[in-house]
Amino acid sequence: MNYAPKLDRRSFVIGAAAAGGGLALGLRLPFGPDIVRAADGSPEVNAWVVIRPDDTVVIRIARSEMGQGSLTGLAQLVAEELECDWSKVTTEYPTPGQSLARKRVYGDMSTGGSRGIRTSQQYVREAGAAARTVLIQAAANEWKVPASECSAANSVITHQPSGRKTTYGKVAEAAARLEAPKNVPLKDPKDWKLVGKGVKRLDTADKLTGKQIYGIDIKMPGMLVATIKDSPVRTGKIKSFDAAKVAGMPGVKKVVQVGDSGVAVIADSYWRAHKAIEALPIVWDPGEAGKVSSASIAEFLKGGLGAEQAFVGNRAGDAKAAIAGAARKIEAVYSYPYQNHATMEPMNMTALYTADRCEVWGPTQNAEAALAAVSEESGLPIGKCDVHKFLCGGGFGRRGRVDYVRQAVAIAKEMPGTPIKLIWSREEDMTHDGYHPVTQAKLTAGIDAAGNVVGFHMRISGQSIAASLAPDRLDPDGRDPIVFQGLTPNSPEGNFGYAFPNLLIDHAMRNTHVLAGFWRGVNVNHNAIYTECFIDEVADALGQDKLAFRLKFLKPKHAAVLKAVAERAGWGTPPPQGVARGLAQYMAHGSYCAACAEVSVSPRGELKMHRIVAAIDPGYAVNPAQIERQVAGSFVFGLSALLYGECTVKDGAIEQTNFDTYNSLRIREMPNVEVIVMPSGGFWGGVGEPTVSVAAPAVLNAIYAATGKRLRSVPLMHEGIRTA
Amino acid sequence: MTTLIVNGQRHDVDVEPDTPLLWVLRDTLGMTGTKYGCGIAQCGACTVHVNGAATRSCSVELADVAGKEITTIEGLAANGVLHKVQQAWLDHDVPQCGYCQSGMIMAVADLLKNKPKPTDADIDAAITNICRCGTFQQVRAAIHAAANA
Repeated sequence: MNYAPKLDRRSFVIGAAAAGGGLALGLRLPFGPDIVRAADGSPEVNAWVVIRPDDTVVIRIARSEMGQGSLTGLAQLVAEELECDWSKVTTEYPTPGQSLARKRVYGDMSTGGSRGIRTSQQYVREAGAAARTVLIQAAANEWKVPASECSAANSVITHQPSGRKTTYGKVAEAAARLEAPKNVPLKDPKDWKLVGKGVKRLDTADKLTGKQIYGIDIKMPGMLVATIKDSPVRTGKIKSFDAAKVAGMPGVKKVVQVGDSGVAVIADSYWRAHKAIEALPIVWDPGEAGKVSSASIAEFLKGGLGAEQAFVGNRAGDAKAAIAGAARKIEAVYSYPYQNHATMEPMNMTALYTADRCEVWGPTQNAEAALAAVSEESGLPIGKCDVHKFLCGGGFGRRGRVDYVRQAVAIAKEMPGTPIKLIWSREEDMTHDGYHPVTQAKLTAGIDAAGNVVGFHMRISGQSIAASLAPDRLDPDGRDPIVFQGLTPNSPEGNFGYAFPNLLIDHAMRNTHVLAGFWRGVNVNHNAIYTECFIDEVADALGQDKLAFRLKFLKPKHAAVLKAVAERAGWGTPPPQGVARGLAQYMAHGSYCAACAEVSVSPRGELKMHRIVAAIDPGYAVNPAQIERQVAGSFVFGLSALLYGECTVKDGAIEQTNFDTYNSLRIREMPNVEVIVMPSGGFWGGVGEPTVSVAAPAVLNAIYAATGKRLRSVPLMHEGIRTA
Repeated sequence: MTTLIVNGQRHDVDVEPDTPLLWVLRDTLGMTGTKYGCGIAQCGACTVHVNGAATRSCSVELADVAGKEITTIEGLAANGVLHKVQQAWLDHDVPQCGYCQSGMIMAVADLLKNKPKPTDADIDAAITNICRCGTFQQVRAAIHAAANA
């Protein structure tokens, strides 16, 4: 019944050596010159590729899998160059401790910003190509023929002149002894056979039978379970708690204070820990933030809409002067609330602390940051710590933070030698997030007498994620460049699509005590609403077709995806009776996105989303079938936020505590999403997040087309809209 | 001591009778395929069958299921052969993160037992599980495929 958490399968021999303290010396083991072996003794052809004698190919995946599919995509990229048999591919996670011990051979292990594939595709393809080269060389050496006469396909090496064949499994041992080749050329994308193919995910089977072990499922001999209550007001502190009240409850082992704001109960099961913490009297001092409410935050942000000081994200010409001198001015104010990530698997982490080692097991999007947190919190050198990643039950940016990792270590330190699994209740998870930032925006367009847009100003007022979570990412003057996702003049991450002659996009930073975080799509979610709904308003005010108006200003790749959805949706032809269409485009996380939504709204405000046509140009499409699934899923995420998503603040604390008050889209509400994957080549864009951006504005614009009513505030449940 | 019959096997468990079935399965019996998502019967991640009916196990107490037949995701496949819903899920590559899928599959298996050929409206009415990754489109396609298998 006890589950050894994949140590046997996931750790390499060097991991065991590191565990013994022989970190630096353990890298090369005495099986032969220069061979590093996996835990089962199979040779590493290189750090990314292990080949077993039975021809199984183990591809190491440094990024985290949380549903987005990059585990499969990264394996495809390695396998493409490796020329291995895809049916024999399996994957494993290296640990950040192993990576660190090998001079960070696995590079950046963090997974966010839809970067998993696009920022590692080059070196993982090179690893595949390098492995193929030494495997072929090893066969050639054995046959005493030139490697140039040999080729590889499907894990089989063939000596062309003689027709002799061998398999990767047979030569892997010899290949592992060869020096890694340098500068192996990569395939031209037009020659890809596996990349670009919609192969199935590698991580499905165990998710269908209950066998897949997530962090929350971990079992270890002697393990205890903890649950925690941290201050409901983020900046609050513990005043008192009465451990004696619950000490005698069934299964309770210990009640511990965690930091200066949390209390945890350690028990022999989750439910017993949960019951005890519910019964535990805890008093917090909320501090000054206890006076903050959603209304006070809204007022604070409103002040930023007209403030003098603001950080500039995009400026061309003189927008303010152009607007001041314009014959006509169009103006609108929009807002977007806090949102919770609400991963289906609540935060959890299992930690084992002893005087000379500390390890954790569980879900994380940021293994290296988790490792640093384990070291800091345990007080042990980083070489005596490690992090064992498990598949995440959702991530959406939430698990890039390490708050729950620190808590798990702090709790485990209270009982050295005992593994303790910390599980957050859904209520703890809902009220202790790093929330999608709250913002408002005032948009102004100046129109000349001839009906041309002569000036465009977007003033965003609101919270900065960098100021909350990553002050090192602020510019020296305090500006948060991440605020301007999709709004900048020339960023490969996402540039503003409209070429207006006089343009100003600026940000009045207004931070609150509520922690802001990176949430699937990040700042593009509100930026796209502000941009695309207001453009729609301007086109409307000028009496112009929404597609034609946009195309007048859009840069070519932005225009291409928009044209694709318009054409597929039949823009310009009459929609079905009672149905109206809305458009949106946006560039996010390096990819171009567009959507056309078809909706109807009954006189009683019942919204039916009939159909979405969505397009994405991610440059290269590693796995179109999985991209389609990500795009469809991104609409569930974006439309959940549009319809229901809102975390409100009362007395400094978040009010929504579970899915009954923080609702999420259900299957009956899900529109049919037709996905156009249209990679145009030459750049690498992301996939998991970008299209969240266009979900809300396309639907909002369609609702306007259906009702004549502009809705400028999310969520729509407050605007008299509910689903049919 | 309470007796439970889980996937045809009898278990005598010694925990407080108000313990939710979910946590008896996970913590006491070590069957972690059934997932905790909300604890208030909103999300459906913990769905199991009790006497053949889809039930949110987070909101049923141990005392209420004593002696009843419980089927969990671990017991859905019979004799090593995937249930037709699991097979359709595999064929359609449904799961993303997969965390909600145990509950989703159990809910769908129940639907197909009651309505072997569900319409889209039947699916909309019966399947109320939350999936934050947003697999609904594949879920719907796979339900129809399973119904026609």
